[in-house]
Amino acid sequence: MKITFPHMGYLNIPLRSFFNNLGQEVIEPPAINQHTINLGTRYAPEFACLPLKINIGNFIQAAELGANTIVMAGGIGPCRFGYYAQVQREILADLGINMDMIVLEPPQGGWKLLLRGLRRLTGKVSLLAIFEAGAIAWAKLKALDQLAQRVYSIRAQEISRGSTNRIWKQILTHIDGANDLKAVQKAADCGYALLQGIKTQPHKEMLKVGLVGEIYTVLEPAVNLGLEEVLGSMGVEVVRSIYLSEWVITNLVLHTFYLRDDREHYQLAAPYLDHFVGGHGIESISNTVKYARAGMDGVIHVAPLTCMPEIVAKTILPGVSLGENIPVLTLMLDEHSAEAGILTRLEAFCELLWQRKRMPKVRRQQNKTEMELSRGKLSVAGISGH
Amino acid sequence: MQAYLGIDLGSVSTNFLVLGPNSAVLAHHCLRTQGDPITAIKAGLTQLKKQLAPGVIICGAGSTGSGRHLAGVMIGADTVKNEITAHGIAAAHEIPAVQTVLEIGGQDSKIIILRQGMVTDFAMNTVCAAGTGSFLDRQAERLGLSIEHFGQLALESKNPVRIAGRCAVFAESDMIHKQQLGHSMEDISRGLCQALVRNYLNNVAKGKEILAPILFQGGVAANRGIKQAFEEALEQEVIVPKHHAVMGALGAALLAKQTVSRKKKSSFRGFEVSHWNFKVRTKHCNGCSNTCEVVKITAKGQILACWGDRCGRWSADPLVNRLNA
Repeated sequence: MKITFPHMGYLNIPLRSFFNNLGQEVIEPPAINQHTINLGTRYAPEFACLPLKINIGNFIQAAELGANTIVMAGGIGPCRFGYYAQVQREILADLGINMDMIVLEPPQGGWKLLLRGLRRLTGKVSLLAIFEAGAIAWAKLKALDQLAQRVYSIRAQEISRGSTNRIWKQILTHIDGANDLKAVQKAADCGYALLQGIKTQPHKEMLKVGLVGEIYTVLEPAVNLGLEEVLGSMGVEVVRSIYLSEWVITNLVLHTFYLRDDREHYQLAAPYLDHFVGGHGIESISNTVKYARAGMDGVIHVAPLTCMPEIVAKTILPGVSLGENIPVLTLMLDEHSAEAGILTRLEAFCELLWQRKRMPKVRRQQNKTEMELSRGKLSVAGISGH
Repeated sequence: MQAYLGIDLGSVSTNFLVLGPNSAVLAHHCLRTQGDPITAIKAGLTQLKKQLAPGVIICGAGSTGSGRHLAGVMIGADTVKNEITAHGIAAAHEIPAVQTVLEIGGQDSKIIILRQGMVTDFAMNTVCAAGTGSFLDRQAERLGLSIEHFGQLALESKNPVRIAGRCAVFAESDMIHKQQLGHSMEDISRGLCQALVRNYLNNVAKGKEILAPILFQGGVAANRGIKQAFEEALEQEVIVPKHHAVMGALGAALLAKQTVSRKKKSSFRGFEVSHWNFKVRTKHCNGCSNTCEVVKITAKGQILACWGDRCGRWSADPLVNRLNA
């Protein structure tokens, strides 16, 4: 069995570690590039969302390298992700690529499907070995997520542009190379030390911007055109709303044991959206509210074009922006790779945030009240033109 | 006489403006970019020089538009700003109380919301160019009209025909169909203006609070049919500023004035850059798997700038850093 899986951020590092430790051979697709996107858009339905297309590109490229088994996550709820695995299997079969597809469905009342899927992957390995492999993979994921958070704040303060990125690449290699729990811990410590060594301007005034939206576009830099790096180079500290380790805990562990607690999200979102809309729709709203109340400067909302949950969120966000007094920029991402357009919007958005930040608090409040007052009375007398 | 130069290097047109004392516009010039921004800038500068009275000294220069980095490097701009900021500043300069700016250019359209002279919100068209100047240009051509005449014609219509405005391609087939049915040119023009405005309000301006005074700028603002359609749809007066076509350049000039007053010295290279021989080379960087396309601009045997790399290996002094300067 030669296992492959789709790319999503640095997810490949813990996943590969997990399967390798179970004695399975892993063939990873090449890092997402233009060719991957071309393959995906060629064979996927035109109106499908971008992640599906890129997944297909990943699978085709992995098949070329000799992979024969795909591990894919399943889904429940209104988001189209739930059908990804099935649609992808059909598309690949039509292309004559017959790969075995193991779908790990989130448990809905029963464990059997998930366990059966897992068991097919692990073969006859003992439960203890599975647990150990899982523990190492988990440690890697957790370490990477925590290091990534540090990277965001350091990148915004770095003196020589690109220095943080170079260290980040080293960190990825170190964590990837660690073979047991101790080594992971050592690699992580080494990572912190490396980050500490980057020359920064410690008292630099920074913008703090939250990144919310659909999980794939938030996590995959090849799709969001390196949003975090670009923002970092503009002196913006990014606060990412989705970390994979948290996602695993809520969706795979707590959800399974009926311990999942989304009350905070629902409470925060309730004045604007009080219904589950699939994906991260509710979280996009609740996190925007949370970031606004935490005094952050702005929120960037990303989603693939035609993403249903995020379209719902997008339509509601202007209201949240007004109600919570925080600027929100929505970026709908598609296969186009023109960075200039995104850069213009980001620049303009940062400009707007700097202006707000430098404006005295009192006036900011005044502005808000005025905007609220002016709502509803749209027929203000116009000034006569030339 | 002290003056400031603003250049708006856009996808379709390149605009120049020289701002004199007391905010008087001393000269302005528009020309088509035609896919060759370097030539456009050189030609524009030559023209502008001819328009200017002797004794006018350029004390600062700014650039904006999608080609702002290139323009900035070529002329030695003191400030390189995105077009949203530039348009916002120019609008607030023209009418200080402005609260909404509708801007429709060649390939993009945007809405800028200002409160108390400050940009508080904006939006730009995303994946579709349906409601923009290029589309109107094309349809006017199809009807055999000049773009100026097209707008005038719309004003004469009494019974506009309904044209689907969601997609430019379908709008076109809808329009041809209406033509074949024998509808008058006036009614079709007006229908098309209304379709474009509907498209703009439903896409770009969706969810935005449009308050008066409303300014309508960009190349398309010259079209009186569109202005009328906006006024009908918004049920409010829409103001077209005098220099509506060069507002981006005006904004860039105003920004340059601000920057120079702070840093006291201009980096403007002078009008003689129109005689310089600028060379642009593209190469694929092999530093990592990103294989970025790196652009190198040279003139007079010197490297003026590099960009296109993600990591900063070539563009060690990135233009984005100027944002906070």
